[in-house]
Amino acid sequence: MVLSIVHRATGIAMSLGFAVFVVWLFDAASGPDSYAVFLAAMDSTIGRLLLIGWSFAFFYHLSNGARHLLWDTGRGLEKAQANTSSWLVLVVTVALTAVFWWVAL
Amino acid sequence: MAEFRLPPNSRIKKGRHFDAANGAANVRRFAVYRYDADSGENPRIDTYVVDIDSCGPMVLDALIKIKNEIDPTLTFRRSCREGICGSCAMNIDGGNTLACTRSIDGIKGDVKIYPLPHMPVVKDLVPDLTNFYAQYASIKPWLQSRTPPPPDQERLQSKEDQELINEPAACILCACCSTSCPSYWWNSDRYLGPAALLAAYRWLVDSRDDATGERLDELEDPFRLYRCHTIMNCTQSCPKDLNPARAIAETKKMLVERRY
Repeated sequence: MVLSIVHRATGIAMSLGFAVFVVWLFDAASGPDSYAVFLAAMDSTIGRLLLIGWSFAFFYHLSNGARHLLWDTGRGLEKAQANTSSWLVLVVTVALTAVFWWVAL
Repeated sequence: MAEFRLPPNSRIKKGRHFDAANGAANVRRFAVYRYDADSGENPRIDTYVVDIDSCGPMVLDALIKIKNEIDPTLTFRRSCREGICGSCAMNIDGGNTLACTRSIDGIKGDVKIYPLPHMPVVKDLVPDLTNFYAQYASIKPWLQSRTPPPPDQERLQSKEDQELINEPAACILCACCSTSCPSYWWNSDRYLGPAALLAAYRWLVDSRDDATGERLDELEDPFRLYRCHTIMNCTQSCPKDLNPARAIAETKKMLVERRY
């Protein structure tokens, strides 16, 4: 149940993130000055926290989405399997987010 | 629009407290939801301190002891006291289950007892299950056959065919699953809920039933079936260890597969 509501929450968070994505494209198209402003904003502590949050949301939504795809084929629906896969989703999400930022920085 | 607070007349107030008889050495506290529509008062939580040494092991034993010895106004449904009638389904320690099969020992701290969530309350721990039963009736839970039965015997099934319906037919309609489902909480007027859908699946896979097509037609609806988002609370809460989530997933598969 917790994973299900977090799936929705991360989906909403990502749609908000897309607004920032559009701002990024817009600033990039508007020239180097506005792009520098955008970069500075994203390089601040708050900006970095937001980016980490959005990357976490993305990887969570991705791995839990894969879990839902598996369920839609009728597999993995036993109680024990579902509990195992819920922990797997959390571990994979944290791992992918960590690898992503390790590569990025 | 979703409501995030209970309406003012449903908010829970602090209730009365009943101590155990003097000299009780081994006690547990039970916090029980109380509501009486006739009194016009808000619901409240009454706490009862129960002498566990003179009480049976299950939560239902404690409720019966409270009703017999402490407070006869406490109202709840119960019948078989062995997990086969489904009457004493309630929310115990944060989860829906049967009071008769839930042991007091397995609960830490106060034993919190509420009626099944998100249902109209008739009194205390008794929810109004009218809609729940109507939804069960709506899936036509009986055998529909076009062919006449053999003249000299019953309609026989192979062992394999019987095994398909063994699990879904073991549902006792206690409503633990449906009332634990957030989708059912928000849309119980249009979504059938896991219990009714498990029952529908039981007839879909019955080798003697000839109405599979019509049954699937009835279910092919954005709300009746597809409000299931595989939250899995139904399977987690089922006190009979059945798996409504898998039955619903199989039903969705049947709907897709019959197109090709």
